[in-house]
Amino acid sequence: MGRVILNRILGSIPVILIVTLITFGLMRAIPGDVSAALGGVSSTLAERELIRKNLGLDQPWHVQLVKWYSGMARGDLGRSIFLGKDVTQATFERLPVTVSLSIYALVLTLIFGMITGVLAALRQNTWVDQASMMFAMVGVSMPNFWIGLMMIVFFSVQLGWLPTGGYVPFFQDPWGWLRSTTMPAVSLALLQIGLLARITRSTMLEVLRQDYIRTARAKGLPNYLVVCKHALANTMIPVVTVIGIIVSLLISGAVVTESVFSIPGVGQLLTSAILNRDYPMIQGGLLFVTLLLVAINILVDVAYAWLDPRVRFEGG
Amino acid sequence: MTILAVKNLRVMFKTEHGEIAAVDDVSFDLKQGEVLGIVGESGSGKSVSALAVMGLLPKPPARIAQGEVWFEGENLLHYTDRDMRRIRGPGIGMVFQEPMTSLNPVFTIGDQLMETVRVHQKVGPKAQRDRAIEMLARVGIAMPERRIDDYPHQLSGGMRQRVMIAMALICNPRLLIADEPTTALDVTIQQQILELLLDLRDEFKMAIMIITHNMGVVAEMADRVIVMYAGKIVEQAPVNELFARPVHPYTRGLLDSIPSLDDDRDRLKTIPGTLPRPWALPPGCRFQPRCAFRVDACAAAVPPLVSVRAEHESACIRQDELVAS
Amino acid sequence: MADGVATMGSVPARAADPKPRSAAWDALRRLLRHRSFQTGLFLFAIILAAAVFAPLITAADPNKLAMRARFKPPGLDHWFGTDNFGRSQLARVVYGAQLSLMIGTAVVIINAVFGTLLGAISGYFRHLDNVLMRVNDAIMAFPAILLAIGVAAVLGRSMPNMILALSIVYIPRTARIVRSSVIVIRQMEYVQAAVAAGAGHWRILRRHILPNSMAPLLVQLSFLFAYAVLTEATLSFLGLGAEPPTPTWGNIMAEGRQYMREAPWIIAIPGAALAITVMALNLLGDGLRDILDPRLRIQQ
Repeated sequence: MGRVILNRILGSIPVILIVTLITFGLMRAIPGDVSAALGGVSSTLAERELIRKNLGLDQPWHVQLVKWYSGMARGDLGRSIFLGKDVTQATFERLPVTVSLSIYALVLTLIFGMITGVLAALRQNTWVDQASMMFAMVGVSMPNFWIGLMMIVFFSVQLGWLPTGGYVPFFQDPWGWLRSTTMPAVSLALLQIGLLARITRSTMLEVLRQDYIRTARAKGLPNYLVVCKHALANTMIPVVTVIGIIVSLLISGAVVTESVFSIPGVGQLLTSAILNRDYPMIQGGLLFVTLLLVAINILVDVAYAWLDPRVRFEGG
Repeated sequence: MTILAVKNLRVMFKTEHGEIAAVDDVSFDLKQGEVLGIVGESGSGKSVSALAVMGLLPKPPARIAQGEVWFEGENLLHYTDRDMRRIRGPGIGMVFQEPMTSLNPVFTIGDQLMETVRVHQKVGPKAQRDRAIEMLARVGIAMPERRIDDYPHQLSGGMRQRVMIAMALICNPRLLIADEPTTALDVTIQQQILELLLDLRDEFKMAIMIITHNMGVVAEMADRVIVMYAGKIVEQAPVNELFARPVHPYTRGLLDSIPSLDDDRDRLKTIPGTLPRPWALPPGCRFQPRCAFRVDACAAAVPPLVSVRAEHESACIRQDELVAS
Repeated sequence: MADGVATMGSVPARAADPKPRSAAWDALRRLLRHRSFQTGLFLFAIILAAAVFAPLITAADPNKLAMRARFKPPGLDHWFGTDNFGRSQLARVVYGAQLSLMIGTAVVIINAVFGTLLGAISGYFRHLDNVLMRVNDAIMAFPAILLAIGVAAVLGRSMPNMILALSIVYIPRTARIVRSSVIVIRQMEYVQAAVAAGAGHWRILRRHILPNSMAPLLVQLSFLFAYAVLTEATLSFLGLGAEPPTPTWGNIMAEGRQYMREAPWIIAIPGAALAITVMALNLLGDGLRDILDPRLRIQQ
């Protein structure tokens, strides 16, 4: 088990190295020159030189690279031009908002995705199955920002039930938090619910065909034990591996959803950085989120190893 | 006393070739303490018959079109799912072919043994565990109080099959169905498992229905033998009678294909041809296309199972000539 | 007990095909009977027809302003209504379909070429595998939309840049799929036999390995088409797509957003068109996967 974790962490080092290199290269790959893009067409050469100097782009690239990594070691991912703040600081300020929204959406995904998938598998080839899979197909096909907009039109503008946007921190007003995050979380979760329902269904069908399910029935176990214990425990194992993908989709989906619902999270930080051409912010934010996801994926793999006794007690 | 009586059982399966009869008008019975061997190739309907008795056929595609399954005086085919669950375990236990995949990989064997006790008997956790350890010891697992917390992947194939047997017997069933219990195991282990089953039969006074394609297993275990071919019984007789005086050409073919040490033939005899596909059965006797004794009349009608002599039945229109030969 | 067992006949019965047909023809026949595939094909045909016959469907110019016909709701005069500049939404949506399908097709073709190339090299020449797959893993570690945002933000707004950004994001995913089937096929006996017979690497790749790894690639490309269309719309919506007034669906929705109280149809219709397109492609992908991917075929 310890070896599994260690291997996983060591294995992700090259990935992290290349990820940081790619992000480093990103801002330097701007066609023409970043100073021209930032300063505008009318900017003078001197102004552009100043911008380059401020961003450290006037130095030779190997110096820039050393600075990039030494900064990263100190948790410094650069400085936002527009906000006048460190990227790390700005991101950390916004992080709780995105995390609370993502956790809400993840909870919705796990509950509804698993239930839909399990029900569809247990009632295979009935109307329950077909309706569930139709719902899942619609879920994976609808653009989440569009669902969000349509929900605003319907629930906020037409019915006036929920606010059109904004964010209330959970610890300040839980009810207000729920009102402000329910539509974003639902629109964000829909894709993942569809995805998870489809995966849960096919895994569950596979599991239900296994010999040990027949054994459980042959022992005279009641149906609920066969399904909820023997089948579900084995279905969970592959489903856990998908959670990493789901979290990744949730976080990238949150970028768009936050912009739709004017929620001041990391996603909105990034989208406003795009509009303001705040390249250091885009670069740093992208790296921050990606490293966060790499870490989450390591955790997921550890959870997977722990769930499956064949891995947990590797070597007997 | 008859413990199990199957009467005129017909099991249909939906396939892409239409509905086929996997088991066609099969009747047999089993007395207390008796060991009945059912032999046949894969696809002959022997496992389907067993699953029908257990009420474990996957429906759909399977459907029981006709017949009765009497267990201790009750027709199990009229039982609800709930009633059947009370039979599985304390009434009939079952051991499957694949010990590697028949145990749930994510629970300890102790957990899987104890839950069987928990479902059928009102006893506390301590008693469940004691019972599980006792059964593990009984099926020959060393240090059962340590092994009980192992996961299936930590055990060898033979040990897993012992655990499967312990699990099938933990509620003292009156009938044990063993579906190819040794096929997946090494030869030396096969022998141990068969001996274990016979010992347990004596100890628990239960009947055993053993399903196999292996005539050697039958010779070793069974009191009485049923030979199945393409969903039908072609011959049934006490084991000594069957080996000494087989009647049906298919049974003869099976016995000829057993290798033996005192035999100096270079090659084993095998039966030419293959089992017919269930959606394209030949007319008349299902074995006739492969039969060395075939005459034109064989294709005319399906031969019924008729008595050859006491306790010995066979389904061949030429059996009188064959008995004489 | 004897070691050997009664052999009981020989091989299990297997259906002999009466007249052997080509595998591709057989797959096509099965695809056309597959329910999801049929639905997907039908929906996709509608969108494709809208895109191809756009000038026949509407004579209106998608960018022609008509300030007197602003915010007309969908009706007989304007099927899909008009926007804040009085532009015909029908025209904008059908020309948007053209753009979406063009971008999707371009991304799929680029992926088919470069994804296959990288995947085949990586799966076949194992000494290159380690390096290539590390880079691959790193690109795949970025959440797809965020990386696309980063690349698109750096490259600037235009259709070719959008195609480039989507390709960079998705090629590693395609390469990984090709790689894994190449690795499996490389171990097959007939390939080993070809190697033993002294066939060159290039010949083995071209003759034996690539044709046999087409099925998973095709499945992947159909889903990729769906992702590409969806991601393009998302990026356009965020202001990273082609410059307005180019009528991409994402652009239409981004512009219509501020009027969604008065004129919800401006965002509702292109969004629905987008959802239908993505769903059609997903359904086609499901069908292809069920029929072509033998590992999943058994589960129907």
